[in-house]
Amino acid sequence: MKKKSTTFKMLLISLLAISMFLVGCSNNSKETGGKKETPTTSSEGGSKKDTLVYGRGGDSTSLDPITTTEGEAYKVTINIYETLLNYGDQDTTINPGLAEKVDVSDDKLKYTFHLRKGVKFHDGTDFNADAVVYNFNRWMNGNDEQFPYYSMFGGYKKDEGHVIKEVKAVDENTVEFDLKRPQAPFLKNIAMSAFGIASPAAIEKYGDDFRNNPVGTGPFKFVEWKQNDKIVLEKNPDYWQQGLPKLNKLIFRVIPENAARLNALAKGEIDVMDGLNNSDEDTVKNNPDLQVIERPSNNIGYIGLNTTKKPLDNKLVRQAINHAVDKKTIIDAFYGGKALPAKNPMPPSIEGYNDAIEEYTYDLEKAKALLKEAGLEKGFEIDLWAMPVARPYMPEAQKVAEVIQESLSKVGIKANIQSVDWATYLEKARKGEFGIFMLGWTGDNGDPDNFIYTLLDKDSIGSNNYAQYSNDELHNILIEAQTETDQTKRNDLYKKAQEIIHEDAPWVPLVHSTPLLAAAKDVQNYLPHPTGSESLLKVEFK
Amino acid sequence: MIKLLTYTARRIFSLIPVLLGMTLIVFAIIHAIPGNPAQVILGQRATEQAIAEVTKQLGLDKPWYIQYFDYLNNLIHGDLGNSLRTRGPINEEIWPYLTATAELTIVAMFIAIVIGVNAGIISAWFSKSWFDYVAMVLALIGVSMPIFWLGLMEQWVFSIELNWLPTTGRENVRDPITAITNFYLIDTLLQGRMDHFITAVKHLVMPSAALATIPMAIIARMTRATMLEVMKSDYIRTARAKGLRMFWVVYKHSLKNAIIPVLTVIGLQTGLLLGGAILTETIFSWPGIGRYLYDAITFRDYPVIQSGILIIAAIFVLINLIVDLLYVLVDPRIKYSK
Repeated sequence: MKKKSTTFKMLLISLLAISMFLVGCSNNSKETGGKKETPTTSSEGGSKKDTLVYGRGGDSTSLDPITTTEGEAYKVTINIYETLLNYGDQDTTINPGLAEKVDVSDDKLKYTFHLRKGVKFHDGTDFNADAVVYNFNRWMNGNDEQFPYYSMFGGYKKDEGHVIKEVKAVDENTVEFDLKRPQAPFLKNIAMSAFGIASPAAIEKYGDDFRNNPVGTGPFKFVEWKQNDKIVLEKNPDYWQQGLPKLNKLIFRVIPENAARLNALAKGEIDVMDGLNNSDEDTVKNNPDLQVIERPSNNIGYIGLNTTKKPLDNKLVRQAINHAVDKKTIIDAFYGGKALPAKNPMPPSIEGYNDAIEEYTYDLEKAKALLKEAGLEKGFEIDLWAMPVARPYMPEAQKVAEVIQESLSKVGIKANIQSVDWATYLEKARKGEFGIFMLGWTGDNGDPDNFIYTLLDKDSIGSNNYAQYSNDELHNILIEAQTETDQTKRNDLYKKAQEIIHEDAPWVPLVHSTPLLAAAKDVQNYLPHPTGSESLLKVEFK
Repeated sequence: MIKLLTYTARRIFSLIPVLLGMTLIVFAIIHAIPGNPAQVILGQRATEQAIAEVTKQLGLDKPWYIQYFDYLNNLIHGDLGNSLRTRGPINEEIWPYLTATAELTIVAMFIAIVIGVNAGIISAWFSKSWFDYVAMVLALIGVSMPIFWLGLMEQWVFSIELNWLPTTGRENVRDPITAITNFYLIDTLLQGRMDHFITAVKHLVMPSAALATIPMAIIARMTRATMLEVMKSDYIRTARAKGLRMFWVVYKHSLKNAIIPVLTVIGLQTGLLLGGAILTETIFSWPGIGRYLYDAITFRDYPVIQSGILIIAAIFVLINLIVDLLYVLVDPRIKYSK
């Protein structure tokens, strides 16, 4: 009996001790769990130096790049597939890809691509002219739902606007594209990662499931996809460029929360992360094991002014608002100073950018004077719509909206901040239901047409011209520029277009942001591309 | 026994109208909220014409009742439909998410129950002692702790500063675990990989502890309250008067009568956690059902939202049934006859 009672006492004491330690205060439960563990978790195995783990905020929705317009997909697929032409390492100039050379006829209606010989798809089948024809036929016979980005070529086969008349194989290694009419950004479109050439045999084999079983010619082969968790690629040993890729394995991990992703990087669980908060830049810089990488800007964040809504239909009012927004404060406060103030609807990295345009300065007196001229010296009340999501060009829309609201109040404009979920937001914007609204755009193909025509031409009302801005003079210039193939003349046309837009002021161009990435110090040759997705072909560890 | 079986059968049978009602409510709600999946699919590149076309292809231009009956018809045939976002069949897609969440929930609830119940008992036993006060204050903190903050603090302390535990995920991706059942604790043991088992445990510690915080606190408070009630009763006094050891009085005689409401709370909390803890799953990058549903809602992925909620509802109802059946085991006075 005595013995029993001691046992109970011991039991009781230990129970008490455990409970005291653990109840409510869950941190301690990990302490007891963790103490016995050995302290290494990340660098186990000697494989680290040829395996790169890339941490990002969201998962891909498809690994067949043509079936989506969503950037997370391309980050992966650009390593699996290759395009006929490539962009430059860090710009959108045109370089050889799967095609070594392109001949263009004088009337710009015939493009002849001379394909690289001896290239094989990951499934062992040959890359050749027939494969290119197969891919383009597959896409042009589809529709917006299946292959949304194919509309870059003016629509689908059934559509009037479709610019490609025919794609045909001349011989084993030559493909000819016949166009119905010239399309100036044609080659830039061809280089978009959406148009990565896929193995026809694999498309036939997997059918609808090809989006989960990608087969291309790229430096990495697909291994595994665990949704919302990781995508694993491995080196393509038969890759046509000798000695490349440098890495043996590539793993894309989804870590939704930016702060948690940075923790994972600091711990060495991942080697590269995108979506670094501007406010965390100093943390990374002060860590000797990490580095900050800046992505060249290819975007525009803007405040749209619906030109059909009163009183914004008056140009003077729109100009006044342009004078009333303090871009510098916004950039310093929300972009960590890491963004260019915008004066045109496209970033300076795009050819045809008009640097001669004089910015609307932050000048409240001028704004007031313009409002007075418009007969609105007492100001007015209007809704200001702020995006509900973070975008590279607008990381903190709600807070930026508050700054704008404050600025506008100084010239007597009472702006009421509104928001709604992202899908509805885009829908309302498209239908022109907004007065003043915040939005932005990231370029698809590095061509001015992709900014100015897409966002501000009258043809784009109902799609991306959310400001409902219509100017016939501008329209004529943009249409001319679409078929003008002399680059200098074309640039002049776009410069003129930017002058018209500046004068009409359908937007307040706000910023061109510089998205930040962070990486372990020993990651080398990581060249972030302005389009937002880059091949990791040459990346290696020191 | 036969009575119990008929009772169980009847309860399971009564699930059908409950779940049917569930589908209808969910269907009505998600079709009432604004936002068109076609718009989301096409994103900023949408045109009027393209949206109309995509809407038609997705069958979203049909009247809602036709859409609903199509959905029900597929459901009866065991087909949850295809995700609009990934195009994959939901039947296959949802399984890894469910198992990931289940593993996390089971471990979290284990922690919560063991610690919560014991803390509650001891607090009641030594009520108004310093232990009682400390435990209940901690429980109050636990109930009100913002998981988001707690999770990031855990990562900072235990991963970055102390370097004991991995920050996020379920495995070391450089040395991956092969999934069989997708319960990594089981899979690694089946494969006899102790190293992987330890990795899996390490990855589980922080998220499960974060997830356990709130249920643990609730369970502790509930246990304490009911135990206090029971320990005041006459039969306890009699038991003590007989000279029974206090430990037995507390852990056997009192607990048995106090545990029923605690079981109810445990059941409810388990159901809640199985529904996916979006915050915990987000911070610790745990590929669970909560995030799957969250993505689906953002994307207006109707079939996934419908199926996901339906499955969670079914699990919830089943857990309630299990709890009801457990009552009988614990308390022989409870009978399910009619």
